[in-house]
Amino acid sequence: MITQGTFAYLPAFDDAEIEAQIRYCLDNGWAISVELTDDPNPRNVFWDLWGLPMFELTDPRAAMTEVTACREAFPNHYVKLSAFDNSRGRETIALSLLVQQPANEPGFRLDRQGRPGRTVGYTAHSYAADRPHGERYA
Amino acid sequence: MSATPSGFSIPRPGQKAGAGAAPPKGADAEDPETTEEGDSDQLAPDASVDLAAVRAEFGVDRTLDELDETLVGLVPVKSRLRQIEALLLIDRLRHRFGLDTPRPNLHMCFAGPPGTGKTTVATKMAEILHALGYLPSNHLVTVSREDLVGQYVGHTAPKTKEVLKRAMGGVLFIDEAYALHRPENERDYGQEAIEMLLQVMEEHRDRIVVILAGYSDRMDKFFALNPGLRSRIAHHIEFPEFDVDELVAIGKRMIAEQGYELAPEAEDVFHDYLARRRAQPHFANARSVRNAIERTRLRHAARVVEAGGAIDLAMLRVLVADDLLGSSIFDDDDTQPTNDDAATADAAADADAGADASAEDAAADEGDAADEDAAAG
Repeated sequence: MITQGTFAYLPAFDDAEIEAQIRYCLDNGWAISVELTDDPNPRNVFWDLWGLPMFELTDPRAAMTEVTACREAFPNHYVKLSAFDNSRGRETIALSLLVQQPANEPGFRLDRQGRPGRTVGYTAHSYAADRPHGERYA
Repeated sequence: MSATPSGFSIPRPGQKAGAGAAPPKGADAEDPETTEEGDSDQLAPDASVDLAAVRAEFGVDRTLDELDETLVGLVPVKSRLRQIEALLLIDRLRHRFGLDTPRPNLHMCFAGPPGTGKTTVATKMAEILHALGYLPSNHLVTVSREDLVGQYVGHTAPKTKEVLKRAMGGVLFIDEAYALHRPENERDYGQEAIEMLLQVMEEHRDRIVVILAGYSDRMDKFFALNPGLRSRIAHHIEFPEFDVDELVAIGKRMIAEQGYELAPEAEDVFHDYLARRRAQPHFANARSVRNAIERTRLRHAARVVEAGGAIDLAMLRVLVADDLLGSSIFDDDDTQPTNDDAATADAAADADAGADASAEDAAADEGDAADEDAAAG
């Protein structure tokens, strides 16, 4: 199972806890966006957007509605919540929290490549990625 | 997320099997804040509570008293506000005794002639409902038709959704709400916005209060054509017209706010002015009073500059009877000389007020009217 982003090593958050995280982000003035993917490779940094980033929110419920809608539409995808801090000098993602993972994650295989000079290269190969996009965690 | 780790996965302590699967609808989750409050001060059935203490704890009285003080007249509005406050207070107490009542529906419709304080009350409403713990935030999002309705197919829903998301947690105030529905154009996208609105008003009742505002006759027509909307709004509040004495009180308050004062002999003239202005068509209540004061300031400034010489503080502060008598309202008074410029300004402003009251487009805006008044003068 993938451990990436904020609180990745804690047990999965329930809805109330996710909402509390959103509240924290909004209190800091960060903009929330929801993203999803079914490519679990940690080097996959380009996730699909679920709607546009939500600026000027005050109530966490609004963002929570989007998270729920996204999870319902893609029950077998990874869904993450990103909080963008637009304050001058930072202008980057301040928090990135996985809010959904597929029920069954087949995991990764370690591939070794023999290279010239007896050096070895390593690749993390996702079993899920063997199947076509959209059918990976069905 | 299988219970037995495989591949690169790292087991998490306390992990429930299948916790990663899509959880049930997020809307069902209890708000952590309300849950905590409910549990912490639960009361025994034989306990009793001092109502005054509870009221003081809420701090709502301060907001309502402020409302009483700052808003002249509007008796039916204030009494309805008191009722809502009482209801929420009692609901709170019932909750503490373990009696659970469904959350009251607080969507409102403010109907009344122009300039009767609908927007002002809506702002206060956000504060009151927040103080009562009904809403998590005290922010007010003011929108009109063009903020909700899109220009092409598929544009309306995201636009309305965006606005609703921004307003969530507070009050969404839809000014000139009747403009959302254009019966003359059956393909108008306004209907889509109304449907979206209805959906959110039902689903997120606990997070958003929608206030529709508009002139009474048009709102009546609007609701007749959208019965679903009418039934979802529990509070239809009529804003009455101000009488002359109330207008004078409002005017004096505005004058004081702008750092002026009315000379004692000018007070009767001011009363007379408002009585005459009120009888004219396109009278926009407090808005017309504000415009009148703007024009009086112009005449005052012109008079002081013309007089020249030494100027003291009193001269800069006091509006005298002549400043008011320069208005075109007093034209038919033979005893009073009329300033031509002022008369033109008044006429132009009255036309503005008229346009404001009857414009089909919701864009007519208080600030604009005031600016144009100044420009015309």
